[in-house]
Amino acid sequence: MATTVTQARDSAHLPAMSAQRLLIFGGIALIAGGMLFGDIFAVFVLHQNGGETGAALLAASHAVAAQNPTAVKEAFARIGGLLEDRGTKVDTHVHMTDAGYLALLLALVQPYVALSASRKKTLARLFLLGGVLLPIGIFLIHYVGLAYSPSSVIGLASILADSAGALMIIALLGEAWGLLHYFRSGNVSVEDELPQDRTWERRTLLSGGTMLVLLGFLYGVWYAGVNLYDQEARETKILSATLDAAGASTSAVTQTVNAYGMLAAEKAVEIAAHSHIIEFGLLAILLSFVQPYIFLSDLWKRRWVMVLLMGSIILPIFVLLELKIGLIAGGIADVGGLMVIVALVGMLVGVLRFSGSLDAQARGLS
Amino acid sequence: MNRPRQVLIFGGLALAAFGMLFGLYYAVFVEHQTLDQMGGSLAAAFVHAAERNTAESRSALDAYASTKYDYVRQVDVHSHWIGLAMLMIVLGAAFDRLAFGQRIQSAIAWTLFAGSVIFPLGVILQTASHGSAFASALAIAGSGLVIIALAVTAFGFLRDKTAQ
Repeated sequence: MATTVTQARDSAHLPAMSAQRLLIFGGIALIAGGMLFGDIFAVFVLHQNGGETGAALLAASHAVAAQNPTAVKEAFARIGGLLEDRGTKVDTHVHMTDAGYLALLLALVQPYVALSASRKKTLARLFLLGGVLLPIGIFLIHYVGLAYSPSSVIGLASILADSAGALMIIALLGEAWGLLHYFRSGNVSVEDELPQDRTWERRTLLSGGTMLVLLGFLYGVWYAGVNLYDQEARETKILSATLDAAGASTSAVTQTVNAYGMLAAEKAVEIAAHSHIIEFGLLAILLSFVQPYIFLSDLWKRRWVMVLLMGSIILPIFVLLELKIGLIAGGIADVGGLMVIVALVGMLVGVLRFSGSLDAQARGLS
Repeated sequence: MNRPRQVLIFGGLALAAFGMLFGLYYAVFVEHQTLDQMGGSLAAAFVHAAERNTAESRSALDAYASTKYDYVRQVDVHSHWIGLAMLMIVLGAAFDRLAFGQRIQSAIAWTLFAGSVIFPLGVILQTASHGSAFASALAIAGSGLVIIALAVTAFGFLRDKTAQ
């Protein structure tokens, strides 16, 4: 079996509990966790939050009609709270997955980090600890607020998030220091470099990932050229119409507030499609490097590659279609996200099996 | 490490550092003020409307639109510089698997680097003068360079390396 040959050849590349192994495990787990959180957020929070924000804007418009500035301010305070709720959850999702991408990227450069194995492991642990605590801190910001905080401006959850960010910065600086040493010492690798094979899985992930990034970029160019300015003009026009209608009729206000909600949804799905397809492309490219460390049959390795790439294209396409065909598209998009998560977990299991078999060999058990 | 990989990895690192410094400067000195101005203008437009002060309400709404125009682009520039830098670093790590000779690899690396610098630069210049044709042309040219580089790279990864 090809996997057995690969395993024997690569046994030197992923030593037991090395920094590289920690970063690969941690990176894939963070990405899968971040995506799972994103899926849960999309199903249980996103639409409900949008509805409540629309209702608060409607209340503000009714307060304008009733010539009640105090009620307007109260409605905007409520909108602020809802936006914070949504924003911190989006940030939790983004920061957890991005920390995972960075962990995988750091795993790639480990052979060029000229530090001792124990220091590299400490840096990896520090980075992963920060990568876990940062999204937790961000998630708690909305719920903890300023309770028990020693500061009147920054809450405890923000302090936790900032401290976790600082841990990650310290780890990154340490890695940069190790890289600098490598280049100053005449490019002598301190560990074996990554395997250079060009298997079907690696080629498919590399070319598929680059194609996904390209598609996302082309879509972004189209969005910026065709939709961005139009949406900006429409937003001002709708808000202006809302203010005009507030003095006239209730039904006209409801109509304009609905139009504002639709515009917000349109912007959200278009930006989400653009960013998700590019992130999935980067993920595919990063996972191509991990393929030699996946101890599964070639058939299963290829299956997970295909599931990942299919999920990566299904999610953004059906997110875009959500405005046209409604919740069915949203459901299919969530299934696309789930496919990516399942493929990631499948690959993670393969890496765990690979490292487990190496450890068993090292202990003379096989 | 060959020359094209050096361009992508060191260019990417430099661009990421620049993007992060821009983000740090923006978060500390600009963002909070901009968000306050944006939220304040929108709330003021509604409050003035409730007071039946149409002129003030319109003026606050215009201020909101103008501030939001800048905010969207400033945040986009930060995320695009760092995003493109990450892409350069990741592609740099994989560039030896590209089924092209050194000259084409170099051309792709420099094209991607130039596009990654120029495209967000054009976007941020749009905030200096709203609707500036030069800034838009710069952004379009930069994105064109990135698209060309990515299309050729995807083809190179797909191609069998023995075919070069």
